[in-house]
Amino acid sequence: MVESTVPEADASSSAVRLRGVTKTYDSGVMALGPLDLDVKRGEFVSLLGPSGCGKSTALRIIAGLAAPSIGTVELAHHDTERRGSHRIGFVFQEPTLMPWATVRDNVRLPLKLARAPVADAEMRIGAALDQVGLAEFARAYPRELSGGMKMRVSLARALVTDPDILLMDEPFAALDEITRFRLNNDLLSLWRDLHKTVIFVTHSVFESVYLSERVIVMTARPGRIGAEFRITSTEPRGEEFRTSAEYAAFCREVSRALAPSYAGQAGA
Amino acid sequence: MKSPQDLIRFLLPVAVFAAGLLLWEAIVRAYGIQPYVLPSPLLVLKTLVADWPILSQSLGVTLLTTLEGFVAAAVGGVVLALLFNQSKWLEYSLFPYAVVLQVTPVIAIAPLLLIYLQQQTAVIVCAWIVAFFPVLSNTTLGLSSVDRNLAGLFQLYGASRLQTLLFLKLPAALPYILGGLRIAGGLSLIGAVVAEIAAGSAGAGSGLAFRIAESGYRLNIPRMFAALLLLSLAGIVIYGVLALVSHLLLRRWHESALGKDS
Repeated sequence: MVESTVPEADASSSAVRLRGVTKTYDSGVMALGPLDLDVKRGEFVSLLGPSGCGKSTALRIIAGLAAPSIGTVELAHHDTERRGSHRIGFVFQEPTLMPWATVRDNVRLPLKLARAPVADAEMRIGAALDQVGLAEFARAYPRELSGGMKMRVSLARALVTDPDILLMDEPFAALDEITRFRLNNDLLSLWRDLHKTVIFVTHSVFESVYLSERVIVMTARPGRIGAEFRITSTEPRGEEFRTSAEYAAFCREVSRALAPSYAGQAGA
Repeated sequence: MKSPQDLIRFLLPVAVFAAGLLLWEAIVRAYGIQPYVLPSPLLVLKTLVADWPILSQSLGVTLLTTLEGFVAAAVGGVVLALLFNQSKWLEYSLFPYAVVLQVTPVIAIAPLLLIYLQQQTAVIVCAWIVAFFPVLSNTTLGLSSVDRNLAGLFQLYGASRLQTLLFLKLPAALPYILGGLRIAGGLSLIGAVVAEIAAGSAGAGSGLAFRIAESGYRLNIPRMFAALLLLSLAGIVIYGVLALVSHLLLRRWHESALGKDS
């Protein structure tokens, strides 16, 4: 259904490259960096860190929603001429839907703003809603949906532009555990099917280990890279993996690396 | 009127109203109060029927003025808020004067307007002055209370200023705008009445408020009450219509309209 735009030969090249990126607020507080980060095409990377360590800021800088104070951001070339295609899909912590629009119209937004041809848009909206399992709810309004379903709409809206890079800012933090597990699994299968590059910001060790190929542990403000873990599993990610000794060992290691980031914080 | 609770909530004010009328009628009869001091409710009703040709014509005049003032206030308030939202400099330059216009009592401005403007125009301008401010301030508030992340999303997808205005800011501001219009409806009636009374004391006029002033001079107190009754009813109907429009526009998505039909 969805074609990969990444040629095999380029599969190992960088999708995102940050060099010496810092963010200093007007108040003089340094929130981030300096940060060097390389994310390969098709890779699933988590940025893990305490609140206020600048991981969301890093994501906003990659998306172009905020400018770095110093440093450079390079994104891989987006090689499509298709109207309504977009290099980046962004999923916020809240569903961030337009309450006055139906599910379908919410998903349509990026295509409408790009003035994509109507027939093409309708097809893509249908495909995106199928991908997140919400085809039946196309005509519902956001207030009629549960928290998990709203998040799925938000995900469909990010996917409808067929982005190369999916940026997710603690997207499942506000959901209950069962819903979060289901969305984790659905996200993994979407990632395997669609070959997107995913940068996933979270403060949950378990979530980051469960989802990612690589976990980047960030230090407390100003956020820098504290440690990196490559998560390799012998079995496919799923409920089996979640209860395996392998998974527990990774979580323990990552937690240990994260502990210094919380040192000195009240209540840590 | 589904539950007994709803029925009671509807019946109680009606009962109070009926009791008040009965008491009023009884007092007027018991003490033999003259109609030119205090007419009985029954006499007011009779006057309303007997004077209907002249009163209904005046009602039409006042309603038309109110409508014109309301439309001017709605358009003026929303357009001004949109301009302010697009240009900070314009907002800084003009907003203080909008406030000045709002806080100066319209009853004090009306006689001046009557000197410089034709009477009909002056009356509409009065209605506008009183009614436009709530529309302006509510719309301004609505336009600036857009979800920050949604705004970020529009930025990410390269939305133009016009697209952001049409697809994000205006829909987000709609509940606020409608709230402003609901206040403006009643206020434009007040503005029209105040201006008519000011004009009435100067001579010509034909609206309901003019009838009240005129009846006062002629000690035709029953007609004063009848005209007052019509003004109240007009105010209630205006509010009801605007509340209904607001409910119909918002019922699918906005919190304020929830629970009424779900």
